[in-house]
Amino acid sequence: MASIAATFLPMRTAAARERSEARTALLFALPAIVLIVLFIIVPIVAVVVLGFTDFQLGDQSLRFVAFENYAHLLRDRAFQKSLWNTATYTAIVAPVSIVLGLGVALLIESEGIGRSFFRTAYFLPVASLIVAMATVWQYLFHPTIGPINALLGEIGVRGPNWLGASATALYSLSIIGVWQSVGFNMVLFLAGLTAIPRELYAAAEVDGAKSSFDRFWLVTWPMLGPTTLFVTTISIINAVKVFDTVKALTDGGPNHASEVLLFTIYQEGFVYLRVGYASAMTTVFLAILVVLTFLQYRVQDRQVHYT
Amino acid sequence: MSALSLRGIAKSFGGNAILKGVDLDVQPGEFIALVGPSGCGRSTLLRILAGLDHADSGEIILGGSDVSGVAAADRNIAMVFQSYALYPHLTASENIAVPLAMRRLSRVQRLPFIGSLIPGQRAARAGIIRDVREMAVSLKIDHLLDRKPGQMSGGQRQRVALARAMVRRPAVFLMDEPLSNLDANLRVHARGEIVDLHRRAGVPTVYVTHDQAEALSMADRVAVMIGGQLLQLASPQTIYDDPAHVEVARFVGQPRINLLPALAENGTVAFGGIRLALEDDSIAGNNVTLGIRPEFVSLTQNRQDALAAHIERMEFLGSEVILYAKLDAIGETMVVKLAPAEVAGLSAGMPVALALAAEQAMVFAEDGRRLRAAPTTVDATREKAHG
Amino acid sequence: MTSTGFTPGRILRLSLLILGSLIFLAPYIFMISTAGKAQDDIFTSALKLIPTHFFYVENIAKALSKVSMGTLLFNGVLVCGLIFFFQVLIAIPCAYAMAKLKFPAARTMMVLVMLGLLVPIHATALPLYVGFNSLSLLNSYTALVAPFSISVFAIFMFLQFFRSMPDDLIHAARLDGMSEIGIVARVIVPNAWPAVTAFAIFSVVAHWNDLYWPLIVITKQEYFTPPLGLMYFRAAEAGDDYGALMAATLIITLPLVAAFLLAQKRFVEGITMTGLKG
Repeated sequence: MASIAATFLPMRTAAARERSEARTALLFALPAIVLIVLFIIVPIVAVVVLGFTDFQLGDQSLRFVAFENYAHLLRDRAFQKSLWNTATYTAIVAPVSIVLGLGVALLIESEGIGRSFFRTAYFLPVASLIVAMATVWQYLFHPTIGPINALLGEIGVRGPNWLGASATALYSLSIIGVWQSVGFNMVLFLAGLTAIPRELYAAAEVDGAKSSFDRFWLVTWPMLGPTTLFVTTISIINAVKVFDTVKALTDGGPNHASEVLLFTIYQEGFVYLRVGYASAMTTVFLAILVVLTFLQYRVQDRQVHYT
Repeated sequence: MSALSLRGIAKSFGGNAILKGVDLDVQPGEFIALVGPSGCGRSTLLRILAGLDHADSGEIILGGSDVSGVAAADRNIAMVFQSYALYPHLTASENIAVPLAMRRLSRVQRLPFIGSLIPGQRAARAGIIRDVREMAVSLKIDHLLDRKPGQMSGGQRQRVALARAMVRRPAVFLMDEPLSNLDANLRVHARGEIVDLHRRAGVPTVYVTHDQAEALSMADRVAVMIGGQLLQLASPQTIYDDPAHVEVARFVGQPRINLLPALAENGTVAFGGIRLALEDDSIAGNNVTLGIRPEFVSLTQNRQDALAAHIERMEFLGSEVILYAKLDAIGETMVVKLAPAEVAGLSAGMPVALALAAEQAMVFAEDGRRLRAAPTTVDATREKAHG
Repeated sequence: MTSTGFTPGRILRLSLLILGSLIFLAPYIFMISTAGKAQDDIFTSALKLIPTHFFYVENIAKALSKVSMGTLLFNGVLVCGLIFFFQVLIAIPCAYAMAKLKFPAARTMMVLVMLGLLVPIHATALPLYVGFNSLSLLNSYTALVAPFSISVFAIFMFLQFFRSMPDDLIHAARLDGMSEIGIVARVIVPNAWPAVTAFAIFSVVAHWNDLYWPLIVITKQEYFTPPLGLMYFRAAEAGDDYGALMAATLIITLPLVAAFLLAQKRFVEGITMTGLKG
């Protein structure tokens, strides 16, 4: 019997099936792996390595200069200003857009009518072409023919040269940054709010939480924990990555007043073609991103998860 | 004086009348089960009682004063929710402490972190901790006080929810199907615990459930709600034996009561070998419903005064047999509860004769009201005519 | 808690929301308004929303003449389309393998994916540029599309989605004799529709908006993507004729905004899905 079975039914062993499955899996994953290596791993390694050289685009050879680039970075006033500007920008845009996003989400959530309309109105900036809207803001901020200063003029206040003066350039960009981010945060908070079980609010009321303030501290804020963490991380990382508005509106000026990290990297690497130096900057930029993400994971882990 | 009174509570949602004028009186220390099929409005009534919703009209009188316009937080009513609604981010002891903290600490003192640094509240906080511990011990959950809801089983969470409700010593307890999320074995055990707790606490309780067996087994009185109306409020036995409405009879009892269309002629209802004389023979209309519970139908050899039927199927439940038989005359299916011995030799398709116990038969009017009737052997009007 | 009737609290809430909406929509209102104004109109009445003379035709004509809108939009659609296509093509099999098949490198893949999520195009731009330059691939569609053809985010998103799909579906297909590729094509892809559309929105918005990379690799006008085209138009305009400038932004913004307004729910769902997955 057994011999007949062996001839007529080619039975595959479990091991053979497993190997075949593994092979198929690898085949499926192969294009992705190749591309990840090609477009992510290799460039990252290249950036770090180039950071240790003095390569300039167009050079035929390069020289290893070890940590000279980084030493230069520490002394580079422009780079420090750039870091400072980026930090300032982030310190304004992230908290403001988070708080406003939460506020708008709470208002929309508790309001019955017009939800769709309000959601659209606040989210539209997120879905619009950044460069285009930056251009519109340039018009709005125009010192002489822009509506904002015209409006301020109506109430007797002389509006500043928003984008053209070094004192206000970065803050004007921050305003645009907030405008762009609130809608995104709002949508995330709305999702988090709708996930809170209604019965918790009923229990809170019965327990004695009369005012919205009480209900917010007892139920809403704690239950929004994971969402808030996610929104915070995303907001900070996006703020650090600011580039488009700077390039479109101020070109880092006036006088480096609005120069941010990515803009500096762009200038050094693609305008001045000092690739080695720019790579060192990029490594710093990458390090900042890694640290931020790492912090998020730590905080997330520390929170005890509940169902 | 009753502990809690509802007068004429009505509520509509977008044109649909959910509650149509409900009156209810809860006596001090009483356990009332509010029961009915889905959509009967029982949960809405409970929410209105708690203050989570407002009735369109009617009054709620608690401890002598009208609390209809009072917010839920101020009503001194505690509630246990179907899903327990424990705060997931707080430990069991913090959960139980919330109602006490809300009432005994000011808003500033309740702020996280900084609130507890404000002086002058040590006594209040110590009192809270003491009361929480006391309640936890009496409910046997003191070993769970430092756990969060996510780390507890369903039964444990339920007891924490109970503790949170009881720690305030409220004037009334409301419970919204607190056992429906537990599995069957636990449910029966928990029923006993809740009744026990109620007896010890002595607080009037309104307990909402869709399970009629639960209602009958736990309550002092049962309130049956159907279609937004309170049809009957009486002891479990009365609800079962003496329903005031056909819907009450239909809802209570397992297996369901047999309801058959019948005619009332000259104040008498004759059906399947029994005659019932209606007390009030001035009832307009001739169509009535005859109700008889499965345990009061029996098999008989006397086909003369019995209903002819054929067996559809039989369900063997060990200690008893449920027999389904289709009446030959009108095609309705009768449900009969019998002892296993009585069905020996019977199988599906066989003809049988069903006898009804006249004293246990009930008559309901066309609009559902119960009509008082008594078995009689002669035509009622002829009796009257003869003096 | 939705309340019926207008309490003072509710009026305050509504007022805040409406005021906020006006502020947030102000740029669009002014954009549309200014796109129809002639130069002198712009200079004299900044706050007047209705143009004195309707200059829309002239401004739009000027905008269209300076920059070939058709080419811009075509490039935008082509590049975003190609990127999305490749991203999905490569991500789905990979995510399926990671979610449903057993293979030894699964752990390493997970690490690679996590790593990839950390790294934006800005970090890898320099070496990639050098590479494309040496291959003489600058100013080409390849340069615009290739680096984005791998989307680690897509793999991550599909992975989460596939993990929640019941295994039985796949077992049934295998019993029916389907090959693994068949399973992917005929079972997975049709069922992955929600995730695909959510990702589509994310990908299209991100790449339609991308300025950094096209700015680096493209200098020839015929390859301009919408952001680049607009930058060029601004430079050409030197900030003088805001009317034409606003008309240009209006035309360029219109496609995405229109798509958004039509598919709002999907947009929001897409963002939500990415948010909830953390």
